[in-house]
Amino acid sequence: MTCREFVDFLMNYLDDELLEGQRAVFEQHMIDCPPCVDYLDQYRDAVKMGRSVCQPEAGAPEDAPEALIQAILAARKTEG
Amino acid sequence: MVQVTAESAGAPEIDEAALLARLREGDDKAYETLVRAYTGRLLAVARRFLGSEEDAQDAVQDAFLSAFRAIDRFQGGSRVSTWLHRIVVNACLMRLRTRRRKPEQSIEELLPRFLEDGHVEVPTAPWKAGADHLLETRENRDQVREAIGQLPENYRTVVLLRDIEEFDTDQTAEALGISRAAVKTRLHRARQALRTLLASHFE
Repeated sequence: MTCREFVDFLMNYLDDELLEGQRAVFEQHMIDCPPCVDYLDQYRDAVKMGRSVCQPEAGAPEDAPEALIQAILAARKTEG
Repeated sequence: MVQVTAESAGAPEIDEAALLARLREGDDKAYETLVRAYTGRLLAVARRFLGSEEDAQDAVQDAFLSAFRAIDRFQGGSRVSTWLHRIVVNACLMRLRTRRRKPEQSIEELLPRFLEDGHVEVPTAPWKAGADHLLETRENRDQVREAIGQLPENYRTVVLLRDIEEFDTDQTAEALGISRAAVKTRLHRARQALRTLLASHFE
């Protein structure tokens, strides 16, 4: 397996969607090619970090412009 | 009286049953409480999807107006925050469908490059630390949010729906009107691009 094929199959591997034979070849590449293991870890970390920083308690800026609040309340009145 | 108690982290906690009862009675103060409590959080979601501040604010307004119209049908089976969150995501998707599309940026330059024999051109270098450690600093958390914002819209939307909003592949395909295969391809490419953007900070 080449690094290109490793990257192609990466998501299927993480989703446990590889057939047994494919999985064995994939895991052999992990033994042969440490940088690809780093790639896999970082791909997984990127997903994890993305999820983490988008949680409401993750300290994302949560400003609520007063003009928007007033516009929403006014629009409710207009809609009746 | 609706009780609003400040939590140490995140939005204030609201006595939802009492608030809902007052909303259904058409109590203006209750509407103001609801809007003040959730606008910031919903705006953060809308900014992630839409990028543009103006579109994000419009989507939040659309979402609240939809919620107001549906308030009698809200069963209280989920939390108000979860319900509003779902509505604002829908409002964002609607806006993404109807707004004029910017010319799509190419994602190719953010994907790994390979030599003719299939080996990677530049071997991956390890990061300074693992995800948990990196996320300890505010600066790094901001970098991650910024990297998500830098993804081309078509890819960002898929990553937001699948990885952040936890839609499954079928739900994402339906929401975007694309095939399951296209969802999977875009998700994989988007995650690779996100990794590349983060690598420039974390190597």
